[in-house]
Amino acid sequence: MDWAITAKALLGLGGLGLLMGVVLAVASKKLAVKVDPREERIRGVLPGANCGACGFPGCDAFAAAVAKGEADVAGCTFGGPSVARTVGEIMGKEAAESEPVVAVLTCRGGTEQAPRRFQYQGTYNCRQAALLLGGPKACVYGCIGMGHCVTVCPVNAITLGPNNLPVIDEKKCIGCGACTKECPKQVLKLIPRSKLVFLACSSHDKGRAVKQVCKIGCIGCGLCVKNCPTQALTMVDNLPAMDQEKCIDCGICVHKCPTKSFVDRAKGRPRAVINPNCTGCGLCVKECKFKAIEGEEGKQHRVIADKCIGCGMCHKVCPEQAIDMVGALGHARKVA
Amino acid sequence: MNLNPAQIFIAAFLVNNILLMRYIGLCPFFGVSAAGSTATGMSAAVMFVMLLATWVTWILFHAVLAPLGLVFLRTAVFILVIASLVQFVEMFLKKYVRTLYSAMGIYLPLITTNCAILGVTFLNIDYSFNLLQSTVFSVGTGLGFGLVIILFAAIRERLEDAPISKSFKGYPIAFVAASLVSLAFMGFIGLFGISL
Repeated sequence: MDWAITAKALLGLGGLGLLMGVVLAVASKKLAVKVDPREERIRGVLPGANCGACGFPGCDAFAAAVAKGEADVAGCTFGGPSVARTVGEIMGKEAAESEPVVAVLTCRGGTEQAPRRFQYQGTYNCRQAALLLGGPKACVYGCIGMGHCVTVCPVNAITLGPNNLPVIDEKKCIGCGACTKECPKQVLKLIPRSKLVFLACSSHDKGRAVKQVCKIGCIGCGLCVKNCPTQALTMVDNLPAMDQEKCIDCGICVHKCPTKSFVDRAKGRPRAVINPNCTGCGLCVKECKFKAIEGEEGKQHRVIADKCIGCGMCHKVCPEQAIDMVGALGHARKVA
Repeated sequence: MNLNPAQIFIAAFLVNNILLMRYIGLCPFFGVSAAGSTATGMSAAVMFVMLLATWVTWILFHAVLAPLGLVFLRTAVFILVIASLVQFVEMFLKKYVRTLYSAMGIYLPLITTNCAILGVTFLNIDYSFNLLQSTVFSVGTGLGFGLVIILFAAIRERLEDAPISKSFKGYPIAFVAASLVSLAFMGFIGLFGISL
């Protein structure tokens, strides 16, 4: 055994290791970057889904921006009010309460309802299919149905249903808006979680043209506009536009629509029941848009249960408080 | 070995491409080639570290190891030096060049002892290149790495959307695609190349 070479190897490698260790140890002290301690604490309370709804590339960047005071403490859509409050506490700022939102699909023309114009054989992706004459679906406003939204959803809240339309799991949806940004047809929209009624058609075509391409699309008849008790609906480009401030989620438009283009997110609605206080004035009969109340004048009226949709209009108009709304309005809220 | 710098560059860049012809550095080749953005960041980091590692190890080998007769220690020494160097560079960038750090910061620790980096430093010694030749060789290799990984990321992004049978989804089809790309690169053998 050559002791000289062994000693040299040991010394050389050991010395080198020691040198590197010392250099790194010194460097870690000299080159240490001071990180705002609040940044790490904020990062700790963020959900970490990196969904990008805040407008920053990931939770780390958002935490850094908040710590520097460049971002709003309530910027995290996923976390909602509770995270906003905690982040606000860390930063010593009051978080402005923001209404949680949920993504909905404003198209109901699945494979059965909306036929195709041509057989598409390219890459199976909505955005690429949309480049080819606006996609294979005959309705150019409708959902292409290849599930691009399914792939972009950071929390796997979207699945593709049997009729090739995305189904959004409202319990999982965090309202980040990733799908609404990516959808080439813009048929996915964000609405406040408390909103119960929305229009599920995006076609601005005239009624006849819609009929030809979709069995379930809005034909722009205007019945909903006529029947809306609060004038929240107006006809814009052959499609009813909803004034969110005025809409009271009564659900009349849902039931009046001949093509069933409105969707009611309520799990259940109450029913009107008339109690013996009724004087039989008949005001409610005039008010009811569904002919759900009958009875002779001067006698107690009664509600035809099958026809009542639970909009509550009669309850509001009754001068004797003789109409009760029985049952609860089932809100589809975010499960905490 | 009498190749001029231009020939060394072409050889390192295409003919003896590190990923497709030498099959070194395959872990990042499959690991980060799923999306174009990560592939670009990774190749930038590889090019940067490859050049630094080449200089440091070349000087270390010819100034220390060879005179002392410790050539047999080069594997251990090179790993030690490259790992420390990358750690140091990471700290340096974090402190002084924040933009560069945020662009390739997360890739730096990944390639501390990457085989592509280590491979290039060994090849520089094996081919008995001088410092200029080594520099050209490592720049060419780094660019070749970047070219292939970005090309391959584009292929894999398309594979994601392609109608592929379930059993082939993901890595299996990526390996098949890689071998086909490698076949295409074998056409460059006809030019010239570096060999021992």
